[in-house]
Amino acid sequence: MKLRMLTLATTAALAAAAGGTARAADEVVIGDIDDMSGVYADVMGAAGVEVVKWAVADFGGSVLGRKITVLSADHQNKPDIGAAKFREWADQNGLNMLLGGSNTGVNIAMAKVAAVKHVPTFHIGPGGASLSNEDCTAYTVHYTYDTVALANGTATAIVNAGGKTWFYLTADYAFGTQLQAAASKVVEAHGGKNLGAVRVPLGAADFSSFLLQAQASGAQVLGLSNAGTDFSNSLKAANEFGITKTMKPAALLAFITDIHSLGLPAAQGLYLTTAWYWDLNPETRAFGKRFYARFNREPTMDQAGAYSATLTYLKAVKAAGSTDPDKVMAQLKKAKIDDMFTSGGSIRADGAMIHDMYVMQVKTPQESKYPWDYYKVVKKMAGAEAFGPITGLCPLAPAPK
Amino acid sequence: MRLTAVAYGLLALFALGVPLLGIYPVFMMQLLCLAMFACAYNLLLGFGRMLSFGHAAFFGAAAYATGWLVTAHAWGPGAAIVAGVVVAGLLGLAVGALAIRRQGIYFAMITLALAQLVYFVCLEAPFTGGENGLQGVPRGKLLGFLPLKSDVVLYYVVLAAFVAVFLFIRRVVHSPFGQVLKAIRDNEPRAISLGYEINRYKLLAFVLSATLAGFAGSLKALVFGFVTLSDVQQSTSGEVILMTLLGGTGTFFGPVVGAAVVATLQQYLSDLVGGWVIAIIGVVFVACVLSFRRGIVGELAAARWLRRAPPPR
Amino acid sequence: MTSVFGIPVAVILGQLMLGLVNGSFYAMLSLGLAVIFGLMGVVNFAHGAFYTLGAFAALLALQLFGINYWVALIVAPLAVGALGMAVERLLLRRVYGLDPLYGLLLTFGLALICEGSLNQVFGATGQSYPVPPALAGGFNLGFMFLPLYRAWVIAVSVVVCFSTWYVIERTRLGATLRAARENTPLLQSFGVNVPLLMAATFGGGVALAALAGVLASPIVLVNSYMGSSLVIVVFAVVVIGGMGSILGSIVGGLALGVIEGFTKVLYPEASNVVVFLIMALVLILRPAGLFGRD
Repeated sequence: MKLRMLTLATTAALAAAAGGTARAADEVVIGDIDDMSGVYADVMGAAGVEVVKWAVADFGGSVLGRKITVLSADHQNKPDIGAAKFREWADQNGLNMLLGGSNTGVNIAMAKVAAVKHVPTFHIGPGGASLSNEDCTAYTVHYTYDTVALANGTATAIVNAGGKTWFYLTADYAFGTQLQAAASKVVEAHGGKNLGAVRVPLGAADFSSFLLQAQASGAQVLGLSNAGTDFSNSLKAANEFGITKTMKPAALLAFITDIHSLGLPAAQGLYLTTAWYWDLNPETRAFGKRFYARFNREPTMDQAGAYSATLTYLKAVKAAGSTDPDKVMAQLKKAKIDDMFTSGGSIRADGAMIHDMYVMQVKTPQESKYPWDYYKVVKKMAGAEAFGPITGLCPLAPAPK
Repeated sequence: MRLTAVAYGLLALFALGVPLLGIYPVFMMQLLCLAMFACAYNLLLGFGRMLSFGHAAFFGAAAYATGWLVTAHAWGPGAAIVAGVVVAGLLGLAVGALAIRRQGIYFAMITLALAQLVYFVCLEAPFTGGENGLQGVPRGKLLGFLPLKSDVVLYYVVLAAFVAVFLFIRRVVHSPFGQVLKAIRDNEPRAISLGYEINRYKLLAFVLSATLAGFAGSLKALVFGFVTLSDVQQSTSGEVILMTLLGGTGTFFGPVVGAAVVATLQQYLSDLVGGWVIAIIGVVFVACVLSFRRGIVGELAAARWLRRAPPPR
Repeated sequence: MTSVFGIPVAVILGQLMLGLVNGSFYAMLSLGLAVIFGLMGVVNFAHGAFYTLGAFAALLALQLFGINYWVALIVAPLAVGALGMAVERLLLRRVYGLDPLYGLLLTFGLALICEGSLNQVFGATGQSYPVPPALAGGFNLGFMFLPLYRAWVIAVSVVVCFSTWYVIERTRLGATLRAARENTPLLQSFGVNVPLLMAATFGGGVALAALAGVLASPIVLVNSYMGSSLVIVVFAVVVIGGMGSILGSIVGGLALGVIEGFTKVLYPEASNVVVFLIMALVLILRPAGLFGRD
């Protein structure tokens, strides 16, 4: 009796699994796992899923004669949920490619799954440079940006423009210290000086005390090594206390949504680095217009990146004539990426997508002529300079001699 | 009573057969870890009526300790789990000693605040990896020979651990210690007047609960191969309360059911409702408190006259 | 420059000032919590959510109806207070007489609902609320530049805290409220409408939180998370001051702001945890809290 039930159940499960595989064979499945409900939900989030679907539709809805399906899930900033969803899709839905949204911790956890399940994984939202270094896999593509490129861009531009002495307001955890370290290195390499830093606990209620300490240092530049609400609130307080009159603020990680929520009066003059901006050229403007019509705001670099990454993957599948992960990865690593996101981008052996970065300065309210007219380009930085040389930390990519 | 025995039998059969049934072992292991966590919590809330709002601290601290020892110091999984459990127990001793100085809601607020302290330490300490967390924790070999790398092997190890904890908690509750604990829960002044040193009982219950919560955390670190801040976060403390409350506080099996429901909700609810998960979990909370205080198992038991429990007050 | 313990006096004065500003928020929030707890025996976990709602009410009033800051300062707390009364009547009332833990769990659920919904409707990034023109700018105190708006926050907080303390501890209304907690049937037999009184108390307490939210809106980004981390700190303040003690919550809040300010100079990494350390210390030395009465 028990044995019979067990046999029945096993047969049923096997049949279900077989059914799943059969379904997957005539489909190409793209998954998007991101924070849809938490602090990062605006950076990519539900709108990110939508743009992935746009990319699929723009590609024609099918590749190699197979229909393309898009799955999405909310990792709720919990690595266990992100990793579990990824495994489930890989095992039961025949997942061919994954887009990883915000949160470096969740993305590293997913990269570990990618290594086991052999699914090409495009990390769109996380900044952690470790994804293409010690945590890299054969299936990693770190697509949009990393902390090194952001710090490189902003610090180089400011030091070259005469901002020689720096003081940092650093979020007191791994991410903040990494940003500060990356910027400090650039500042010194270009003949600037780091006068000090104050380590601020994450989510501090008030930043004014820390800012007064920064002011007392007498440095010319205030390096903000934090992100999100902490970044916005520290910049707001810097304005209120008149710190921005004596110090130049520099954001080491800021999204256009942050600038929008701060407003130009508070954000004006700020230096930052971005991978993409909607108002760069006719193609970016077209994408911005399409996005605006649907969401009533301009896209972030992550949303543009998600669109571009989907197209890049589908083009590689078409060129390779297969969804075999190793063939697709090989194709990805030799192709040039040219679309509205970037021109001449390429995926390096360590998985980092090397593309131009833009150092921006936030416009003053007078300079801004139309809605979301926020940035002026200070410098277009070549990908090789922004992302730096291969470090050798990724076992797949030995450092150049 | 016979019905319960049959139910347990079926469940045991199911649990043993999971790898054969094609059910995801990793999901089942996550569920068992959460169920163990909830059972440990229930020991405190259900049988001691102490509402801790900071149990994630013990769960997470043990997970970090185990993960760190395995990753950075190449300890074996067995020794690292023991170390994690000890860390959770000691932390429980420190937090408990402070918290039991007050009762009821004061107790809740103190545990909440102290758990926040633990969270900040985990966020900022150099060995936890900040927001990236401790990643790539190897599973290693248990006792030097049992390879945990296989999901099936690890599943049975976790299952055995869970059953052991479940039976242990039953044993504790039915022991003289557990009876005194329930007496304190039902009427503290009476227990005092009977000459019990109630603070020692409460502290012991707290430390036991923290230790077992730590055991769950250590296992989870090995199951997933990572430990991150979400393991020590306040929302995790809220989730374990929800699991216990939803399943049925003070019932043995309630927390297990609660853990299963909450884990499944987290995994699949967002597919249906998108970003509204947090708000919906809030609604479940409110519904539980307003009209469902006995929890699923408690209500079932009451409805089937298996056990006439008075509605909780 | 003169200095104490190696810290210049100017820095000490500056941090003292900033500490008072932050302490003003803590005081107002813990005051509302203490009122609700002291008079109703309910721990309001949703206090941070009501603070957030206050800020959102001001923001929406400005964006949708062009209602300015000064009107919002009155209207937003009233609106949130009315919502609080509805919550008390419809939900909270049902857990009276049960273990007080259920009140805590109920409000915890409410906080999640509020936070989750605001995040979905208004986005996660947040929005800016402009500083009212009359309060823009600031003055140089010699040792620091103090924005006028921060000075205004201190002033409002002192007035509000003192008035609340006066009403509850020194007037007939306050005596009635306190009596309602001690002996409800007796008071009802005197013809006092106790249920209404309870609703009004809860409404008043959350209105204080909403007022703090409106005051904070020009300083910080208005988003759905602004209150969630604050509420834990405020809980600790209330434990330090003595649960339910009005004076304790005010003094505790201000003192904490100042202590936190100095920690930010001496050991900035610890500034978020110093409150919990103090709480632990107070619990060891005086379990009932500094001003506790039990």
